[in-house]
Amino acid sequence: MKATKVLFLTLLIALVYFLHQDFWNWKQAEPFVFGFLPIGLAYHAGYSVAAAILMAVLVKLAWPGHLENTESQAADKESKNDGGHG
Amino acid sequence: MIPVIVVSIYLVIIAVIGSVAFRKTQSNTEDFFLANRTVGSMVFFLSLFATNMTAFAILGSSGQAYRQGIGIYGLMASSSGLVIPLTIFFIGTRLWALGKKFGHQTQVAFFRDRWECSSIGTLIFTLSVVMLVPYMIISIMGGGRVLNDISGGRVVYPLGCAIVALVVTANVFFGGMRGTVWVNIFQTVLFLLFGAVAVGVISHDLPGGFGEYIQKIANNPKTHYLLTRERMPERYFWSYSLIPLSSIMFPHMAIMCFAARKVTAFKRTVVLYPLAIMAIWLPCIFLGVLGTALEPGLRNPDGILLHLLTDHAPVWLAGILGAGIISAVMGSDTHQVLAISTMFTKDVFAHYGGKEKYGEKGSVFFARGFIIAVTLLAYWVALRTPESIFELAVRFAFSGFAAMAPVMIAALFWKRSTKYGALASTLWVAAWLILTWYVQRASDGMAPKPGQPAVVVFSSLGHFFERSTANVTVYGFLPVVPMVLGSGLMMILFSLLTPPPGRATIERYFPSRAVAGSSQPAVSAAAAAASSR
Repeated sequence: MKATKVLFLTLLIALVYFLHQDFWNWKQAEPFVFGFLPIGLAYHAGYSVAAAILMAVLVKLAWPGHLENTESQAADKESKNDGGHG
Repeated sequence: MIPVIVVSIYLVIIAVIGSVAFRKTQSNTEDFFLANRTVGSMVFFLSLFATNMTAFAILGSSGQAYRQGIGIYGLMASSSGLVIPLTIFFIGTRLWALGKKFGHQTQVAFFRDRWECSSIGTLIFTLSVVMLVPYMIISIMGGGRVLNDISGGRVVYPLGCAIVALVVTANVFFGGMRGTVWVNIFQTVLFLLFGAVAVGVISHDLPGGFGEYIQKIANNPKTHYLLTRERMPERYFWSYSLIPLSSIMFPHMAIMCFAARKVTAFKRTVVLYPLAIMAIWLPCIFLGVLGTALEPGLRNPDGILLHLLTDHAPVWLAGILGAGIISAVMGSDTHQVLAISTMFTKDVFAHYGGKEKYGEKGSVFFARGFIIAVTLLAYWVALRTPESIFELAVRFAFSGFAAMAPVMIAALFWKRSTKYGALASTLWVAAWLILTWYVQRASDGMAPKPGQPAVVVFSSLGHFFERSTANVTVYGFLPVVPMVLGSGLMMILFSLLTPPPGRATIERYFPSRAVAGSSQPAVSAAAAAASSR
């Protein structure tokens, strides 16, 4: 992965983490989103969606693909297949 | 009576699923503890999520929202929705690869091999068990209490605990990881649906909709704070974002990571995880706050959802609520019992020669015997000890496991880390657990009432230790902050002061690209980045 991509993703994670501390909503109850959700709660519901999007971006851009080819080197691998039922 | 019938049907379904899994189970530890590492993508997500959800996500969250307001969602849910998937992405995938590559089935087995240490592994094992057992016990207590509540007292508390312990034991004893995972599919779907159904039904029963009641809460100066975080200190709120680091360090979560068939199973899990947390927590928090207008003055706010459903929903929904809560209790409890059994069997019994002496079948026999013994012991303790002690212990356990995260990160990503660094971190965590336990108990008498400011615990230390209503803080931060930072510092300092593991061990875990050839590096972050696409 290029250094710029690593930097971009690191900053993106840091930004999302920072946005969790939404001090600007601390003492605000209104506006009520959809007429009933206090702004602080609506913000963090949106934050949950943003976290899911961040994870989708990480899966797309930083997935550790080399792990998909992991082969077993366990010495006692053969012993695990010696069992019957129960 | 209907809720009891619904929950009884649910328990029968669980037993049937467990018995089917039993017929598929083989007599070897990898199959019993990890379902032969064959858990598929969607099942992996549902099961991993169930592993981490407890009754607190439904009852405790709404009860806390009733007391403290909407801030509970940001405090506990949205931070978990970011940090837990990140740890699964960066740590869980690497654990899976090392388990697959070297056959590890527990975190301790990995640490022992990675740092060429036996006794330090045993120390980490001991600390993990000490922190995990209260969690298991409180799950049984919670299950007993829920069965008692939803049956209107017909199922007495000891019987409720016994039912939960029995179903969990039977499920794990017969089905092992396979039975646990299959049951989790059913459980997770049930409690994911619960929140949306509850909100829809209650909304339908309120003629003016939710908005009218929320406005009422906002207009009342005594309850306005529930719609804001004005009574939640910012340092406290930020500190809490470190707590979810504990998730991947809980043995039952880490062991679950070993069970996936392919590493690609993690992709779906990390994306869906924040949304699943929202699906459960958002309705529960909202209904908890709404409950202050609909059901004011409750003595036990943890029962707010039961009250709301009793008054605003058909009786069958209360039954489904009961089944959903019991699902959350048992989903995590089965994994905890299985994890403790796995750890004792692999990290103690097998490590100290039991496997060589008694073979694979003997190990599974030991594991099953241990499951019965540990559940009986937990049940016995659950009936004889006040719940508040375990609630406190579990809160401490979350901080303790979070503070062990630097040990795992160093093991996976830092070649130069050493067993003495791990030892220093572990001792740091243990020392802080003892210290904060002592300060917490010593300051119980001076704890301020809800809404009042924190008080200084030892005047000679200034604001170092302060006591809020429920917690000890360190300069206003939760103890998890110095625990995590100190643990990381200890790892760095003592690793640099002591000799690294042997070259052969480092080469196994961080193979150089030239040597690695077709065998891809297992964990190297740099290599991961280089070869990811």
